[in-house]
Amino acid sequence: MIDADDKSSIIRMFHVHHNYGTQKALIDITLDILKNDFVFITGPSGAGKTTLLKLLYLAEAVVEGQVLIDGMNLSRVPRKRIPLLRRKFGIIFQDYKLIANRSVFDNVSLVLEAAGKKRRLIQKKVRSVLRLVGMEDRQTALPLSLSGGEQQRIAVARAIVGDPKIILADEPTGSLDDDSAGIVMDLLRGVHIRGTTVIIATHDKDLIRKTGGRVLYLKEGRLEASSFIEKDYEDSIL
Amino acid sequence: MKILFFKRAIEDFRNNRLLNVVTLLTVSLSILIVSAFILFFINTNEIMNFWKKGLRIMAYLRADVLGSEMADLRNQFQTMSGVEQVTFISKEDALKQLKEQMKRQASLFDNLVENPLPDAFEIRMSAATQSWEKIEFLAAQIESLDEVEEVEYGQKWLGRFTQIFELFTFTGYAMCTIFFMAAVFIMANTIRLVIYSRRDEIEIMRLVGAAERFIKIPFYIQGLLQGALGAGIGLSVLFVAFLFMATNIERGRFSGFFNVQFLSPLILGAIVLTSMLVGWLGSYLSLKQFLKD
Repeated sequence: MIDADDKSSIIRMFHVHHNYGTQKALIDITLDILKNDFVFITGPSGAGKTTLLKLLYLAEAVVEGQVLIDGMNLSRVPRKRIPLLRRKFGIIFQDYKLIANRSVFDNVSLVLEAAGKKRRLIQKKVRSVLRLVGMEDRQTALPLSLSGGEQQRIAVARAIVGDPKIILADEPTGSLDDDSAGIVMDLLRGVHIRGTTVIIATHDKDLIRKTGGRVLYLKEGRLEASSFIEKDYEDSIL
Repeated sequence: MKILFFKRAIEDFRNNRLLNVVTLLTVSLSILIVSAFILFFINTNEIMNFWKKGLRIMAYLRADVLGSEMADLRNQFQTMSGVEQVTFISKEDALKQLKEQMKRQASLFDNLVENPLPDAFEIRMSAATQSWEKIEFLAAQIESLDEVEEVEYGQKWLGRFTQIFELFTFTGYAMCTIFFMAAVFIMANTIRLVIYSRRDEIEIMRLVGAAERFIKIPFYIQGLLQGALGAGIGLSVLFVAFLFMATNIERGRFSGFFNVQFLSPLILGAIVLTSMLVGWLGSYLSLKQFLKD
């Protein structure tokens, strides 16, 4: 059994398996992610990176094995409490997943509205986060009028506005040019420095080299290796 | 929070204008048809009551009934259940009335040797007896008396009309039920289309930790608003049509017989509430299925 009182771990996976029909997506994954870790989950396409993230934010149900998030066993989370669990996360997607017919401000404020925060606090918080990502002057714009890099900055703003404990980013720079990717990674680094655990699924080895952090390498659904890479250092894991 | 839900419901309405307008028109049309039925029933019922008020049973007596038996006979009629008023019309009075009515053909009566009309009792029924079955039962009771030669109880066609009206009422209930179900079904499906067109948005809301209540309430408000607005439009169209028809009826041959009336505030309120319920039910059913998926 997993020791739920381990204060240093924020995420623990224990012998987790996951299948899509007959296809095995994750095989016997056991791992620990510590509080304030900066983690890359990498591996080739189809290795199970996205599935692993989906299990964490319960887009996929944990059927076999156990997953603990901040002491909460996901197999035992009742349906009603799933929204509360998801508020522990800020999630960033490769395709941004912004609501097209809502303004930048509304997209970001949605997280706080969903959490039932007061209007005055929402206004203050959203403005401050938009300032942080350098999008303060575009708050009334619609997402489709922005560039890819700008949209991803809004997605980052939405992910961090609720002060989550964990940021999950699925290929956050996958569709961005180098400059925009740099800005997004700087933002994530900044969030990490302020104490948030950041988990990034990416197959971009250059991005991992440039940023540095703990690397979990998946291959064909198995966790093949785990290592820590200093910024700008080469490692055999890559 | 409540203001936020309302704001979101109205924003959603604007953002999905076409689908929402289609839903609104569907509700309006259903409400128009159902309330037109109700209006028809209320007014037809009013006409029936008007006619029934003039309805009475005439008991024509045998020629050999003695004057001394009349008081006893009147008592018998009065003790019958459902009888309100009993009036004796002697054959002399009846002839006098007939002559009055046929003034222009007065010469017809000149050659009469004796009065051919019988003595009669006019029997009026209480309001509670004015269903056709009760009238028929009472008439049969009266006819069974030895002193009574013949019974006549108004226009036979009224009986047939009552039966047709009852058939209409039954059909009306069935139609209202069908329209109610159709409205819920159409509304649920159009709302499902709206939800489907916004599935990404709902998915995003769920991912950022929105509780189901947060996602559902604006849709419920939208359903309630659509129901209220649809009822408003349907009833307004009905009112305009009613004004047009009522003016024609008042000017036409039925003028003075009865007042055509519109739906009472109570019925109007009930229709609006039912329509809102339909709107809510449509949202509830489609969301239940969508969020389960």
